[in-house]
Amino acid sequence: MPEISVLLPSVLQPLAGGQSILTAPADGAVTVQWLLDTVAANFPALSRRLRDETGAVRRYVNIYVNGNEIRRLQGLGTEVAPGQEVLIIQSVAGG
Amino acid sequence: MATAESYVLAIGTKKGLWLASSPDRQSWSLSGPHFLMSEIPSIGIDTREGRTRILVGVRSEHWGPTVFHSDDLGETWNEPENGAIRFPEDTDAALERVWQIHPDAESRPGVVWAGCEPISVWKSTDGGEHFELNRGLWDHPHRSEWGAGYGGAAAHSIVVNPDGEKVHVAMSTGGVYRSLDGGTSWEPRNKGISAYFMPDPNPEFGQCVHKIAADAAVDGRLYAQNHHGVYRSDDDAESWESIAEGLPADFGFVMLTHPRRAGTAWVIPLKADGERIPPGGKLAVHRTDDAGASWKRLDAGLPGAEFNSVLRDAACVDAAEPAGVYFGTRGGSVYASADEGEHFTEVASHLPDVLCVRAAAVVGAPVPAAQAAASA
Repeated sequence: MPEISVLLPSVLQPLAGGQSILTAPADGAVTVQWLLDTVAANFPALSRRLRDETGAVRRYVNIYVNGNEIRRLQGLGTEVAPGQEVLIIQSVAGG
Repeated sequence: MATAESYVLAIGTKKGLWLASSPDRQSWSLSGPHFLMSEIPSIGIDTREGRTRILVGVRSEHWGPTVFHSDDLGETWNEPENGAIRFPEDTDAALERVWQIHPDAESRPGVVWAGCEPISVWKSTDGGEHFELNRGLWDHPHRSEWGAGYGGAAAHSIVVNPDGEKVHVAMSTGGVYRSLDGGTSWEPRNKGISAYFMPDPNPEFGQCVHKIAADAAVDGRLYAQNHHGVYRSDDDAESWESIAEGLPADFGFVMLTHPRRAGTAWVIPLKADGERIPPGGKLAVHRTDDAGASWKRLDAGLPGAEFNSVLRDAACVDAAEPAGVYFGTRGGSVYASADEGEHFTEVASHLPDVLCVRAAAVVGAPVPAAQAAASA
């Protein structure tokens, strides 16, 4: 079955068993929300770093689909097709 | 690990945790940082039942808040798989910051309280690995009228009586709330505490109480450092009276009480609201030994000029005899006194803003931080 890959920043990889890429099988388009639920199902600490208890993506976590940040698309409802990559990058905010 | 007793001083800052250790509370060695680039707004050192567990509230601007604990003085850190503090789904709320981690009495081992943002109180019965939301306070009808101080909407003080039934909580803003049934129900108790910044300066609730602490030896006696105003209550917060006379300023964030002796408390005054600095740029701790009737200025060993403030949890006492007093500034300096504030020595300088300090006698000593163990 085709897969969708989620690329993690290095700082989060220890929370995913050292993996830099998590994959989910998908034979059609899925939402980012489904994808995060699926790839982080076995990594609850990783899941908490990305989204809070209400399911909202944390303010300084940016998720890109095909180079576009999902807040400028349909948020967690943004669809991802098999073969595409989802990139998670922390914002450059801070001081 | 060494087996001799030492003192540990945990220093939570805007950008990580440092651990200082000392065999005698005179000379200190510093290790860290742990959790580099995460703020540490709360620390609890639980020494009940002969063990030492350091609990820390950790908050990353990117990755959110969580609670870690260490049972080996910071050599390794553990985070409960599903998180120690998580708002239940029906609340539609998310944890922003853990402001307070408070191990309960010796007689209730395993019980740890937490005060959080959004304003909420939590209780753990397994040593701080899992906390349950206090529904009585969460569902309080006043909730919609509580506000946020500059640092956030915080339940920052939790004072539990020895019987476990009487609990006082202070929040900014909202004031003091009291429960007489172990936290099931809560009532505001702010009579006498001014809220000069509100149209009615004497409301039932809404005060900006910065910190409360209980007198260790007088049942029913509490002290409060308010947003302007220093107060004492002798009747379990039914009423408050000013004890600010004799202080150079009645503003500040810190309120500490002696671990055993009646009538002894410490504050660190700041001139405010226009100048949130030590009065005249002269940093000093002030101690009362007569429940606020008089105050003694204590500045031996402190710098001649200091323009940084001291935040509410950036000060603590230990349980030794004589009691140790510790505090840190937003300029990253940390000071310790082994004689109840008579003389201070500098433990650390040039750290990030100090948000929280806690000290205790422990078995063993912290080892140099393993940063990798505390990432993200």
